[in-house]
Amino acid sequence: MASITLDNLGKIYSGGTRAVGGVNIDIKDGEFIVLVGPSGCGKSTLLRMVAGLESISEGEVRIGDRVVNNVEPADRDIAMVFQNYALYPHMSVRQNLAYGLKNRKTPKDEIEKRVAQASEILQIESFLDRRPAALSGGQRQRVAMGRAIVREPAAFLFDEPLSNLDAKLRVAMRLEIKELQKRLRTTSLYVTHDQLEAMTLADRLVVLNGGQVEQIGTPLEVYRTPASAFVASFIGSPAMNLISSSAVAHLPGTAHAGQIGIRPEDLTVTPDGPILMNVLAVEELGAQRLVHGKTGGERLTITLPSDALLSDSLNLSYRPEALHLFHKDTGKRIA
Amino acid sequence: MKRTIFSNQLLPWLLLAPQLIITFIFFLWPAAQAVRQSFLREDAFGTRSTFVGFENFTYLWNSPEYFHSLKVTAVFAISVTILSMGVALLLAIAVDRMIKSTRVYTTLLVWPYAVAPAVAGILWWFIFNPTIGIMPYLLGQLGYDWNHISSKTDAMLLVVIASAWKQISYNFLFFLAGLQSIPGSLREAAAIDGAGPVRRFFDITFPLLSPTTFFLLVVNIVYAMFDTFGVIDATTEGGPAQATNIMVYKVYFDGFIGQNIGSSAAQSVVLMMLVLMLTVVQFRFVEKKVAY
Amino acid sequence: MIENRPGLNLLAHATLILGVCIVALPVWVAFVASTHGATDFMSGTIPMWPGPHLVENYSKMLGAGVSTSGTPPVGTMMFNSLIMALSIAIGKIAISVLSAFAVVYFRFPFRGLAFWCIFITLMLPVEVRIVPTFQVVADLGLLNSYAGLSVPLIASATATFLFRQVFLTIPDELTEAARIDGAGPMKFFRDILLPLSRTNIAALFVILFIYGWNQYLWPLLITTSSDYYTIVAGIKRMADAVDGLPQWHLVMATAMLAMLPPVAVVIGMQRLFVKGLVETEK
Repeated sequence: MASITLDNLGKIYSGGTRAVGGVNIDIKDGEFIVLVGPSGCGKSTLLRMVAGLESISEGEVRIGDRVVNNVEPADRDIAMVFQNYALYPHMSVRQNLAYGLKNRKTPKDEIEKRVAQASEILQIESFLDRRPAALSGGQRQRVAMGRAIVREPAAFLFDEPLSNLDAKLRVAMRLEIKELQKRLRTTSLYVTHDQLEAMTLADRLVVLNGGQVEQIGTPLEVYRTPASAFVASFIGSPAMNLISSSAVAHLPGTAHAGQIGIRPEDLTVTPDGPILMNVLAVEELGAQRLVHGKTGGERLTITLPSDALLSDSLNLSYRPEALHLFHKDTGKRIA
Repeated sequence: MKRTIFSNQLLPWLLLAPQLIITFIFFLWPAAQAVRQSFLREDAFGTRSTFVGFENFTYLWNSPEYFHSLKVTAVFAISVTILSMGVALLLAIAVDRMIKSTRVYTTLLVWPYAVAPAVAGILWWFIFNPTIGIMPYLLGQLGYDWNHISSKTDAMLLVVIASAWKQISYNFLFFLAGLQSIPGSLREAAAIDGAGPVRRFFDITFPLLSPTTFFLLVVNIVYAMFDTFGVIDATTEGGPAQATNIMVYKVYFDGFIGQNIGSSAAQSVVLMMLVLMLTVVQFRFVEKKVAY
Repeated sequence: MIENRPGLNLLAHATLILGVCIVALPVWVAFVASTHGATDFMSGTIPMWPGPHLVENYSKMLGAGVSTSGTPPVGTMMFNSLIMALSIAIGKIAISVLSAFAVVYFRFPFRGLAFWCIFITLMLPVEVRIVPTFQVVADLGLLNSYAGLSVPLIASATATFLFRQVFLTIPDELTEAARIDGAGPMKFFRDILLPLSRTNIAALFVILFIYGWNQYLWPLLITTSSDYYTIVAGIKRMADAVDGLPQWHLVMATAMLAMLPPVAVVIGMQRLFVKGLVETEK
């Protein structure tokens, strides 16, 4: 187990396009870090640079105290779980798990021991002798995890490992990954585009956009004090309401603000609320309902308990401290 | 294009070495030699050769014999292509109608692919043998006096039949695969629109089969022009009176039997250009097929 | 099928049966001829039904051959053909799988040039440049040798292209997983790439075996010693020799034996054969 340090890391492709730039992340030993962002934000590139599958154009990657920029993937002491699992189709589950150990000249009885342990942890003992093609998606996912575990690496790297599963299985596997990581305490770097997955799994989140780090923090920090308008809109579902500041120019401290944000749950219905919203549509979620509407030219979404009374227009109020102000030029948070 | 690549620099050359060495020694070098020799002429004893520029080519250009060979090749290639593709298409359509017996018929129809062209030639040579063959006997009953040893037409017919016979199985397999890849729903839709089986074939099936047909057209022309050497050599040997002397046979004949190296080399160069053109046509088509 | 038309079905069956008969006719005639004695052909036409000399004719050809034709026993020629077909099939697969691996999985200077060198041989049959190729082989002293029979026919772009296609469909992640699992290029090649290409290799083998077995002009030219005659090329020499003294029954027995191995391969491995045929032409 080890810490991982990304020091001013950057990637420029041979054509000159910059995929990632100036990324600094300190991952502590045993920490679970999730890289999250929209597609094309450079999160997978970053992960692959740590894995050694992508060359490093700028900066350094350190695993433990060792600079690994020019170290082969196999010698970085990491294990990786791929989006499509990348199980060797012509090998049995057992051979899949053992392949990496065999290549490292691990003694036979040690391989057997570790395969047995890993398959017990992941409950895949019953199909150790099957080929991947004979397994369901969830089972393949477990085998892919098993292949990472047997190696007992310094770090796990996950590249969107749940995105090929159906919604229900995804939620279940998410929890399993979390529990497993807590149990093994292996440093983990996890890439996803799903903000909910990121929130639920991470010790700390790294929100990426356009190859730059927008914010690093615990899920709650990121949720409560998003560092930029982008983070505010990306993290949280339903997304934060972002209103152009001209609509609320009367508020104090909004001089430099370009956008003002407020979370749907921070808007409450009160008879004398200052905002009058015309209701356009209602989505029932069971425990609560989402009400979408318009005020002035701006769209708003609020969450209400499912037994709340509805009408064509609602008066809304908010606490001033629930407002998030973002700078009109940089989009950064104004404290 | 692969994302993951290995960074070794020497290893790929070691991996390529066997193929590159063999390609160079047995393909590129001889091809270059053919080009070189096409500009030379050897004296009668083969001891000295002199540079003659394009003389070998202009000689070919002005040689009625070469134009005759060109004509023979065209007639032969077109006949073989039409005959073998026509029969194969008919058989493929019939098999495509079958549900249970597809496999049996396929097995019974594909094996001639494995017969060597030279052996195919011998088989048909025997069947059409003027003295003891069964076909001349049957044709004689109909009043036709078959003799491919003296009749140019009969000789051409013989090599066309033998060459086409061998190629039917190949065309059949590709036509059948093409037919089976046409979604049944299209034909069902046409049937609901009131088209009968014949109309459906011409309105739906045949147009959708056109990529396969075009592909086979090129392959069959290449086959007839180059791979039928064995058929010709085992049967007519280009005769009678040059009637079946196709270009590829003439290259061999002039080079080895006639010992006219310069002319043979010039003919090789012409043929290589032809092959190159056909390759380009084929690749154009492959590109289009991807877009299609 | 869309509507049930018994008439059309009958027509289709009739067409097919006729087709099968026409396709089989020459082989049937050859088989019948190979079971008769020499005198049965004097009567004027070939008999239509098998005669009693099957075992006699075939064992004669396999064991002794026709001494007057200058060809060795058919058994020897079949053995030569087998060596040639196997060498060509195995050789082609070996060099193409390696070169395809190099082209797909490495980036190196002049990669494009190397690729083009292989590419231009795609449709350049040996018949077209027969004279200079013969000279090269003669200069190398490879006339009358198994190497001379097979090596010049081993290089071809078709097989390289096929393997290139196969490798391109193998997901990148598999290579990456193997790299993380500590597999270098050759280990990856042996442990992952080859096993995953197994059926393609088998299918290609079937096609190449037939290609090698059926070679005609090349063995005809470069073998002058009867020890190296292959059966397909040998038949012609035999048929030439019998022009004076017709021994059609023996020539046809030889033709049957020349067809037997490749036809058996096609029928026995029909699925692989069809796969190989369709894939090499893609």
